[in-house]
Amino acid sequence: MDYSFQWNWVGLQNYAQMLSDPIAGKVFNNTLLYVFSTLTFFNVGAALVISLITVHIPERVGQGYRALWLLPRITPSTVYALLWLWAVRQDPTALFNWILGFFGMEPVNWLHKHPWPIVILVNGFVGASFGMIIFTAALKSIPADYIRAARVDGASTFQIIRHIELPLIKWPLMFVTAYQTLSLLTSYEYILLVTNGGPGYYTTEVWALYSYHLAFAQYGGIVKFGYGAALATVLVILGLVLSIVYWRVFRLKELMIEPKIEV
Amino acid sequence: MVSRKHLPWIVFMALLTLPIVLLYALLFAQSVSEEVVGILPVNLTLSNWEFLKDGNIRVPGTTTQYYPNVYSVTLNTLALALTVAFLELVFSSLAGYAISRYKFRGRSAFLALALVLHSFPGITLLIALFYILNVMGLYDTLLGVIIIKVALDMPLDIWIMKGFFDGVSWDMEMSALVDGCSRLQAWWKVVMPNVRNGLMTVLIFGFLSGWSEFIYILTFISSQDYWTFSMLVYALTTGEYSYINPGVTSAVAIIYMIPVILFFLFAQQYLLRIQIAGKGVT
Repeated sequence: MDYSFQWNWVGLQNYAQMLSDPIAGKVFNNTLLYVFSTLTFFNVGAALVISLITVHIPERVGQGYRALWLLPRITPSTVYALLWLWAVRQDPTALFNWILGFFGMEPVNWLHKHPWPIVILVNGFVGASFGMIIFTAALKSIPADYIRAARVDGASTFQIIRHIELPLIKWPLMFVTAYQTLSLLTSYEYILLVTNGGPGYYTTEVWALYSYHLAFAQYGGIVKFGYGAALATVLVILGLVLSIVYWRVFRLKELMIEPKIEV
Repeated sequence: MVSRKHLPWIVFMALLTLPIVLLYALLFAQSVSEEVVGILPVNLTLSNWEFLKDGNIRVPGTTTQYYPNVYSVTLNTLALALTVAFLELVFSSLAGYAISRYKFRGRSAFLALALVLHSFPGITLLIALFYILNVMGLYDTLLGVIIIKVALDMPLDIWIMKGFFDGVSWDMEMSALVDGCSRLQAWWKVVMPNVRNGLMTVLIFGFLSGWSEFIYILTFISSQDYWTFSMLVYALTTGEYSYINPGVTSAVAIIYMIPVILFFLFAQQYLLRIQIAGKGVT
């Protein structure tokens, strides 16, 4: 189907095309790299580090830091992307290169030389806040007695984190990992704004963005709604499977108990 | 007091958070100067804000208007955000109440469906939505975008409101009913005042969700008459003349940020609640 909206039955042709499409293969690998690194370094990694540190330092200071980390998420995406685009420009007065200048290093054209780290940073600074909030809430709900008992027994803060706090927030950790995996798999807005899949030949194109480009931004008027929709359908199936997994693993059913009294 | 033990960690957190602070410092510096070196403004000026006089953003060296009037863009964005917020408030407070208080066939199924729909990626619907909007004649209208936004935000809104209604004690509502209120009166006079926090959460979430919307505007709006701030900032950033004046772009971006900053300063508790309810976009 294209802009003329003529429906032509093609069977599974669009799915067959996916298997033989060399770009789809590259995009698939990109998606794995993107999801895995952003998740490890930011959505779970940095989120855990931030919440652990901010609950152990004085509360007012910790709260201030957490508020700052919330800022990128509530900033409109176009403004946030714009700030990064300015910061990583190639001229020596741009923020990144300016800082490098203090160490006597040459300016770098970041988006051309190192597009992936930039894409991961841009998404990571937004993504970390979700895990941060969940982990902080979980850490704060640990009964103070446990911590006090450990202190009396002579445990250091590191031992408390390692042997008491981390085991107790196991479930929130797994939940954030699972939930953010799905979110990252289907996210493309910030990549569209910062690199738009470039530079060059599909360097930072991820699955969702590829689907978007096929349907809405093909040059030369060749619009592939059908193929784009097929790619999106893969994400739907993935989303359904993961939803069923959450359902089973995280016992969401308990949230749905019937009302007790009824009129 | 900050003890010596905590100091290294506070410094470490400061370094970790520094990029965020620098980015926003850059935005501010850019808007009040002719040029920025790192984050240091060079030659302070207010000329970047001159477009506020008549709302027209000028490209130097030409008289053609490449961008829509800033004030009409503001009105569009406000219309979008307020309508979305209001509709979400009305629908979710009614639906959330029904789901919290009534037992009916398909209740669990509905809740489960709402949860699945909420974790559903928006990208998967774009192509279908594009087709539907075209057939309905809503392509390139703000109404089309409003309907989509409200529909896609509803699952989360319903879950938030259901949670708040669950927290209102049944006894209170019961005594209202005994005293002769109808079910609807009890809802309006007794229950609703008790879920004020929930209503605020939904209202703020709806407003910000409409205010920041970018992808649906980019995809479903083609004429400049219906542009919102996100589209204007995008065009100023990536368009043909983007290199000419980053100062003006940052001034527009700051105006765009005003409601966000206000909510950030004065309504952070609601923002946190929205995140916990699981908006988790990335």
